[in-house]
This record gives sequence, structure tokens and C-alpha cells, in this order.
Amino acid sequence: MIEEIGRTTEGDLIINVGPQHPATHGVLHLVITLNGETIKKVEPHLGYIHRSIEKMCESLSYRQFIYVTSRMDYLSSHINNHGCALCVEKGLQIEVPQRAQYIRVIMDELTRIASHELWWGAMAMDLGAFTPFFHAFRERETITDIMEKTCGARLTMNYMVPGGVMAELHPDFQKDVKDFIQLYKSKFEEYNELVTGNVIFQNRMKSVGIISKEDAISYGCSGPVARASGVTCDIRKLYPYDIYNKVEFDEITETEGDSFARYVVRLKEMQQSIRIIEQLLDNIPEGDFQAKTKAVLKLPKGEFYQRVETARGELGVYIVSEGGTTPYRIKFRSPGFSNLSALEHMVKGLKIGDLVAAMGSLDLVIPDIDR
Amino acid sequence: MFSLENITRIIHEWLNSHFNPAFALLSEFILVGLASITLFAVLGLSLVFMERKVAAVMQIRLGPNRVGPKGIFQTTADTLKLLMKEGLVPDGADKFLFTLAPFIVMIVAMLILAPIAFARNFQIWDINIGVLYLSAVSSLSVIGILMAGWASNNKYSLLGAMRSGAQIVSYELSAGLSVLSIVVMTGSLSIKDIILSQENGWWIFKAHIPALISFVIFIIAVTAETNRAPFDMAEAESELTAGFHTEYSGMRFALFFLAEYINIFIVCAIGATLFFGGWMPLHIGQWQAFNHIMDYIPSSIWFLGKTIGLIFLIMWFRWTFPRLRIDQLLNLEWKYLLPISMFNLLLMTLVAIMGWHF
Amino acid sequence: MLNEDLKLKLTEILPAIIFEEGGEWLNAFIPPEELKAFVKQLRFSEDLHFDYLFCLTCIDWKTHFTMVYHFSSTLHRHNMVIKAKIDRINPEIETVSDIWRTAEMLEREVYDLFGVKFLHHPDLRRLIMPDDWEGWPLRKDFEDPVNMIKL
Repeated sequence: MIEEIGRTTEGDLIINVGPQHPATHGVLHLVITLNGETIKKVEPHLGYIHRSIEKMCESLSYRQFIYVTSRMDYLSSHINNHGCALCVEKGLQIEVPQRAQYIRVIMDELTRIASHELWWGAMAMDLGAFTPFFHAFRERETITDIMEKTCGARLTMNYMVPGGVMAELHPDFQKDVKDFIQLYKSKFEEYNELVTGNVIFQNRMKSVGIISKEDAISYGCSGPVARASGVTCDIRKLYPYDIYNKVEFDEITETEGDSFARYVVRLKEMQQSIRIIEQLLDNIPEGDFQAKTKAVLKLPKGEFYQRVETARGELGVYIVSEGGTTPYRIKFRSPGFSNLSALEHMVKGLKIGDLVAAMGSLDLVIPDIDR
Repeated sequence: MFSLENITRIIHEWLNSHFNPAFALLSEFILVGLASITLFAVLGLSLVFMERKVAAVMQIRLGPNRVGPKGIFQTTADTLKLLMKEGLVPDGADKFLFTLAPFIVMIVAMLILAPIAFARNFQIWDINIGVLYLSAVSSLSVIGILMAGWASNNKYSLLGAMRSGAQIVSYELSAGLSVLSIVVMTGSLSIKDIILSQENGWWIFKAHIPALISFVIFIIAVTAETNRAPFDMAEAESELTAGFHTEYSGMRFALFFLAEYINIFIVCAIGATLFFGGWMPLHIGQWQAFNHIMDYIPSSIWFLGKTIGLIFLIMWFRWTFPRLRIDQLLNLEWKYLLPISMFNLLLMTLVAIMGWHF
Repeated sequence: MLNEDLKLKLTEILPAIIFEEGGEWLNAFIPPEELKAFVKQLRFSEDLHFDYLFCLTCIDWKTHFTMVYHFSSTLHRHNMVIKAKIDRINPEIETVSDIWRTAEMLEREVYDLFGVKFLHHPDLRRLIMPDDWEGWPLRKDFEDPVNMIKL
């Protein structure tokens, strides 16, 4: 996994981390310049999983391109699809029925919890504790089973369409989600005991990878990375979409900006997601799950931008349309891209062991960055 | 009742009655050598299997359960696989040292086996400086590790070996001081004397507080000595390299691998001997009736039970805690454990002099 | 600040600015030579305070390119979009990476996919495509008979 690829004249060592990792993170290739054990420069090399999604979408219709985006940040696939559907609806001025809005938000929050669970397990595994990974997947399995009953898939759930959702909820959905919430509440205490309160974890994560508030804004960080440095940037609060303006939840911010703060922000976000689901689950109104739309969609000439809050941060869907059945240009503003650009700033001057902790706390999913 | 010392006594008398004493002694040597090699093989296999099953239980899964009933032949299959792999010696490596290193680690492990008492009167060699011998010989394994790292001709193996070496040498101090505190109470370095002195109760109960502190420091120190998590930064997969045994494959790797588990068994055996009485059953002071009942359980079962309990504890650590960074690891030893263990030694001496133990 | 006030303020700073109607946020076209001075004002003036650059991209209109910058302010919570038309044969524009650090990687991506040269960029080279790739993939006239399948 590690090989030396060169030396600069001052005796620095240049090594590769990746692109194949024993843990998760996907295919991230970092070229690190070390002086002894101290990191001097970190350079990400991207493109190992570049699938030219933006170019591909230029030849797909407005109904088809949504499903390619599930493969971008595959851990928040519902939220990606939601963002694309909202952008198309913005262009066509479609009114989404209330029932569909409730279902979309519940699915989004379940996806957020599943994504944070996987992040939690992978981060603990990077730091050396192997057991939390299995515990995290136990909860994630419950969520993917719920998704599978309704959407038919476990990872890339192609469930959102412009106008609503694709199919009606499974009859067991509400009961399953209620059982899951019961299970989750009892397990959440375990997580805190096992990992958060452990002195070794805290020593590995506190004061590691600090980024200040101004730097976080300048580097374009969003999501838990920016919120841990004190930036209030939750799109669900600032520019609410669907029924986020009707539910009550807190935006979690911390001030230290180190890896431990990012960790705590994500854990508390999971609890807020549970709170949102509880408020919505029993009150899903009756009605259509999909608005009536034409079979072939044609957006009017113009530009449309929609922002959604994925598990990683702010995803932007920018559609430039010339009036045809396929978009003229689509740009996906991915949260991981900007979060990754802040990595070098965070770990300069730290040791190699700290790089792993900082990278884990950023929660990078490389297909999201490479598109 | 069943006792291992009967077996040795029968063999000894049979040999002496049929052959001249020199030949009998020689054949006893050979028998003991074969027995310890067999013990190693069996121990290695069962401990690896135990580790995998314990890990599985803690991670809510099943563990190996296909090879043999309940998966008990898994490690045999793994060892066969390692035997048949190509044993590659890297190009620029120092061939002699490269081949020698795993053997040194193995030989040291075998040498340490000598003074350990497995049951009543079932000890290979009751040397009068038993504990000192154990500390001294176990330090030799560092040479094997450094040799492996150097001879691999790989910068990262060398780095990993240096880190391992630094870690082991540092934690030997705390382990040694903890062991010394029990020797202060016993007044003798010989293993047999230490066990016999626990006839009226184990040292961890008799010498209450200082012995408890010693035990905790001892467990932490031996986890670090055997390079186990949470102190396995030098060989962690998601860190820099696979440590000093990166370049080893095939049978040589199998030797390192087995030597690690045997080291765990040995340090747990030492811990059980010093703090929990070795093969001595649980006696409480002068309660003759209770002691008599406890004596019915054979001493070898007592010894095995205590050792396996401590091994389980060490495995529990691995699957619960994350890793310490290398500087945090050395910090822990030099700034915290060493001063505490030195103070504890003084405390134990005070307790011994004033007679504040049971 | 409301759109009307923003329009007044921006026209004060740069009279050559042209506003585009229709659209969720304020859209403005500026000449590319004025970009650097203009965005410095956007970033550092107190009542504008656009400190969050959240999208930087390029659109290929077959006769020219349009660079698109989406700005947001974390203090005043207003958003706007700046566009600049640049030449297609020899596309060049000033970098903004010294004002917003996020632009470093975003501009590298635009260079990689469109071929737009960013003047005074600290490290302009390909990001996603392999280092020896020929051609600019996201341009409309990009042909790749091996990898591209035309439906």
C-alpha cells in the first residue's frame, strides 16, 4: 500500500497512500511529503473513479439522469435523487403532493442515519477498533431492509421522480420504522459508551485536524465539517425544501473545529434525524404519491440551481437548459470536493497517525468527488 | 485422583529401572523436548482459533464454522496453507539474518517455557532464580525483531522494527517492576517458592492494594510487550506498513505468527503464577474444609483456567479499544506507568515490612 | 440585502455590469478583464461580504464560453451569480483562488475539462483526467471514438 516514489533534495520522503485501502474511503490517492514523521504537503490525485457523469447527463432525458446521480454519493442516494427531482420540478413549476413530500423527507432522514452509521463504523476501524464496525452495520442493515421493501434496492435506491416518488409505501413501512427507532434509541447509549467516552479515542481525535471558521468558509466546506467549526450552513434550515420548514429540529454546531468536534456533530445529527422522523411518521397525509406530469419532460430555456443537504454537506444541482428534452449542461457541486481541498490545510505539521484520524472525520466518499 | 505428576513419576521410575541413569536422563531430555514442541503446536493452533471465535462473539457474528465440526480444524488448514506458500527471500536481504530471525523468536519462547509450573511437581526446571531468568530471556526476543526488520532490506520494515523495539524495551521496565513487587512479598525468586507461598491465599488477595496496582500495570505492560492492540501501531494494517514481518511469507511467517500467540500464553502464565497462585487452588486462610474441597480439582485445571482467563482478558482488549499513536504509547510508559510502578514497589515493601498483608 | 439594493450597489462598483432577468437569484454579466477587481470588492466590502464561493463552472456555448460563479454571504445571507463571457479559441481568465481557497481545485477541474487557462493560478494542471490526456472532454466538439458511444 505504501511505496516511496521519490525524495526531494532536503531529505524529505514522498510516499503514496492508496489508491487501494484496507479500510473504506474508496479510491483516494494521496501523495504525501514527509519530513521524518511530520507531514509537509498532501496532494490528492483524483480521477480513479471518474465516470464523466456530467457529460453523460447531456444525452439523457430529464427522467433518466436522476438515476445516474445515485451512483455519485452512494451513501446518500435518496438525497441526491431528491435534489435532482427538485431542480426539475423547479424548472417545470410542478406542485408536489403533500404525501410525496412527507415520504421524501422521511426517506432522506433514514438515509442520513444510515450514512452516518457507516461513517461511524469506518472511522472507528481506521483508528484501530474493529468492533464498532459490526455494530454500526447491524443498525444499517435494519434501515436497508426497510428501504428494500419499499424501493426495491439496498444501496442505489432509484425512488424519487420529478413530481413525487415512484411507488406507494410498503404497508409495513410505518411499523418497521417504529421498531427501528425503538432499537436505535437503545443502542445509541452503547455508541457513546464504547467510542465517544473512551479516553484513547478522545486522545486520537482531539486537537487533530483543526480548521478555523474563516478557513472553513474560504475552502468552501459545508455540512458537518463546516458546522464543527461554527459555521451555520444547514441547507435544511436556511433554504428549506419540501416540508423542512414545518418540522422542528436543531442545527448542531460546535466551535473547536477539530476531528472530535466533527465526530460529535455527526452523532448528534443522527439524533436530530430520529426526531424529525418521529414527528412525521404518524402524520403522513393521504393522497397521491406522484403529481401528474407529462411523459416526456422539457424544461424551458434557462438555468436552475437547487441546493440540498446530503450527509456530507451541500449538494448543488445546476441545470442549464436550452428547451430540449435533454439538459444542455449539468453541473453537480459536490460537497466532498470542497471538503477534500481543506485536508492539506488541516494536517500540515501533524504526524502520519493524525492523517488517518483527520481523513476519517471528513467522511469522504470518492465517487462523489470524481463524479 | 488424576495428577500429571504421577505420569512423570511413572516414566522416571520405569526409565531408571531399565536403563543406566545417564541414558535415562538423556531420554528424559528428548521426551521433554518433544513434549514442549507438541505443546507449542497445540497451543498455537488452539489460541489462534480461540482468538477468532472470541472476536466473532464480540462482533456479533459466528466466526469460522465450516472446516471441521464448529470449525476446529480451521487453524490446521491455515498452517497447511502457510507451509505450502512460497517462502520468498527479498533480493537485497541479508540471507543469514533473514532466515535466523524467526528461529530466534521461537527459541526464546521455548526457553521461557522451562521454569513455568503447569501443575503440582510438573515443572521442567525449577531454577532458583526463576523470575529473573524469565525477565532476562524474554528480553532476547527484541533481537529477533530487530534482526527481522534490518535483514528485510525494506525501509518500512526497519521503521516498524525500530518502533516495536522501542516499545518492547520501554514496557519491560514496568513489567519487571510489577513482578519485583511480588518477589518482595515472597522473598524468593524461584517459581516453586512463589507458588507455595500462596498456599493460604493468592497474592492478589493477600497483598490487596499494591498487588492490585501491580497486576493492572503488569497486564498493560505485557499487552504492549507482545505488540497486541491497543499497542499494535507498529504492525497495524491501516497504518503505514505491516511492521517488521512485512517481507516474510510461508513457514517463516508462520513461525512469527505462532510465536506471538505463544508469547501471549507465556506472559499470561507468568501473570497467573505471580498474582493468582499458578496451580495453587483457591485457599482462604485457615478454612480447612473449604481448602480441602478446592483441592479436589486437579492443579493442572486450576492453572489452565487462570491462564485462559487472562488470555481472554487480553483478547477482550484487542477487540474493544482503538490504537494508541506511537508517541502516546511511549508517553504512557515513561510518564505514567514507570513512576506509578516505582512508587508501588515502595508501597509493597512498606506493606511487607510492617506486615500489613494477610 | 434585497435584489434591488444589490443591483444599485453593484452598478456603483462596476458600471459595465449587465443584469439578466428571470432566475432565482441575481444574475450579472461582467467583462472578464474586470473580474479580479470586481470580485475583490464583492469579498471585502462590508455590506456585500460574499465570503462563500459555492460553485464555479463553465458552459460551452459553441461560439464562446461562459464562466459562472455562484456566491453566497454567510453574514447577510444573500446570493448572486456572476457570469463572464470568454473567448473559445484561446480561453483565459484571472484566477480567484487567492481570495477564495476553494477555487484552487474548482479551477483545476474547469481547466481539465474545458481547457480554460487561469492566469496566476498556483498550480494549474489536470485533476481528474490522466496527466497525459489529450483534449478537453466537456467541450461540445470533443470526439473520442474509442470511449464515447453515440446513441
